Amino acid sequence: VHTSDFPGNYPGYDDTWDMQKFQKNFRIDVVHLDESSMEFDMVGIDAAIANAFRRILLAEVPTMAIEKVFIYNNTSIVQDEVLAHRLGLVPIKADPRLFEYRNTGEESAEEEGSEIDTIQLQLKIKCSRNPRASKDSSDPRELYLNHMVYSRDIKWVPIGNQADVFADSGIGPVHDDILIAQLRPGQELDIILHCVKGIGKDHAKFSPVATASYRLLPEITLLEPVEGEKAERLKRCFSRGVIDLEDVNGKKELTMSFFNLFFYLLHGNYKETQNPLYCPAALTSTIMKCFEWLVKSFIILFPPGLTGPTSVCLQAQ
Amino acid sequence: MAGEGEKKPVLEMVQADGADEGCVTFVLHDEDHTLGNSLRYMIMKTADVEFCGYTITHPSESKINFRVQTRGGLPATEPLRRGLNELNDVCQHVLNTFQVSLFVHLAHLSPASF
Repeated sequence: VHTSDFPGNYPGYDDTWDMQKFQKNFRIDVVHLDESSMEFDMVGIDAAIANAFRRILLAEVPTMAIEKVFIYNNTSIVQDEVLAHRLGLVPIKADPRLFEYRNTGEESAEEEGSEIDTIQLQLKIKCSRNPRASKDSSDPRELYLNHMVYSRDIKWVPIGNQADVFADSGIGPVHDDILIAQLRPGQELDIILHCVKGIGKDHAKFSPVATASYRLLPEITLLEPVEGEKAERLKRCFSRGVIDLEDVNGKKELTMSFFNLFFYLLHGNYKETQNPLYCPAALTSTIMKCFEWLVKSFIILFPPGLTGPTSVCLQAQ
Repeated sequence: MAGEGEKKPVLEMVQADGADEGCVTFVLHDEDHTLGNSLRYMIMKTADVEFCGYTITHPSESKINFRVQTRGGLPATEPLRRGLNELNDVCQHVLNTFQVSLFVHLAHLSPASF
C-alpha cells in the first residue's frame, strides 16, 4: 500500500514536505527497554523511512563476529567446517565502534590482523574420564569431564594494547551457555579464533539484532457519541482496554484509550462491526503513522548499544 | 557508498529524452530498497515533481534505476539533491529525538542515578 500524502493527490490540500510540520508532529515513546530487547513507538513518520531504518538495523549496522578459525587440533566428532560455521554464529560482546574494518587486500600471511581490527579468542578444551565416577553410572555428566563445549570456554587473548583498552569491559561471547560441540574422553579442541568487523549484508552473523520489526497502529475515531446499550455492545467488539465507558450525565459514553490500541490488531472481532446497527457511531480507521518497533538485540552493551544502531543509521546514509 | 578498492561509479545519469532536462533516469550503484524507497518518498513530497519511481533492475545486481520527472522545466537533479538533503535532515532529527526520549526513559526508570 503506497502512501497517499504527496502533493497533488488531494486537490486543494497541500501535502508538500514541511520540515517544521514534521518536527512538530514527530515523537518517539520508549515502551520497553531491557538488556536484550527494546520496543518503542514512532509517531508521525512514514512507512518508507521506518522501513529503511529496519533494513539498516538488520543489514548495515556493523558488529564483531568470528571470521577466521585456525584449527590446530580437532579430534571431535564435529567436522572442521561445521565447527567453524557454528563458531562464526556465536555473538561476541565487543563494541564495533572501537574497531576498524580489515583491509581486504591480498590475503598474505603477514596480514594476520592487528590490534585495531582483530580480536583473538582461543578455544582449548580436552575431554577426559572422571576418575571419581561410580562404577555403574551411565550419566555422561558424571562419567566425563568437559564433555560439553560451551561458549563460556572461549577465552579472550588480548593482542597489542587491547589488554589496557578493554581492561574493564572484557571481550568474549555474549552468552555463556551456547553449546558448540560435544566430546568424549580423548577428544580435544585446540582452536584460535579471529573476529573481525563486518555488516549483515555480507553475512548474517554480523547482524546485531536477533530481529527488528515494526507494525502500523490504527487510529479509530468515533464520529459521534455512542450511549447506553449500544455503547456496551460496541465495547464488546474490541478487546478489553481498547475502549472504555464513561459516565456522562447518567448515561454511559465511550472514550477511546489510545495506548491499548495495539490489542485491537491482534484480537479485534471485525465481523461485528459490519453490522448496520453500528452505523450511527461509524468508525474511521486511519493509519496514524504510528509504529511499534520490536528490536531484539544480541548485544549486551546496555544503552550505548541500543542507541548505537540508530546513530549508525544516520551514518549508513 | 562506492565500492572499496577500485574506483566504481556511485551514480550515473542516463538521459531518456534528448533535450528535456526534466526527465532523467539515474543509476545508483550498490543501493537497494533501503535508500530507494525512502528517497522516492522524500522526492514525491516535493512540489513540481510529476513522477518519481525506482526499480531494481535485477535482484542479483545491487543497483537501482531511479527516475525523476519534473514539471515546468526544472532540471531533474534539483529535486534529487533536495530529496537527499531532506532525507539526511530527517534522519538527524530522528536520531536526536530518539536519544532524548531514550535518556528520558532511563531517567524515569532510575531517578536516583540522574
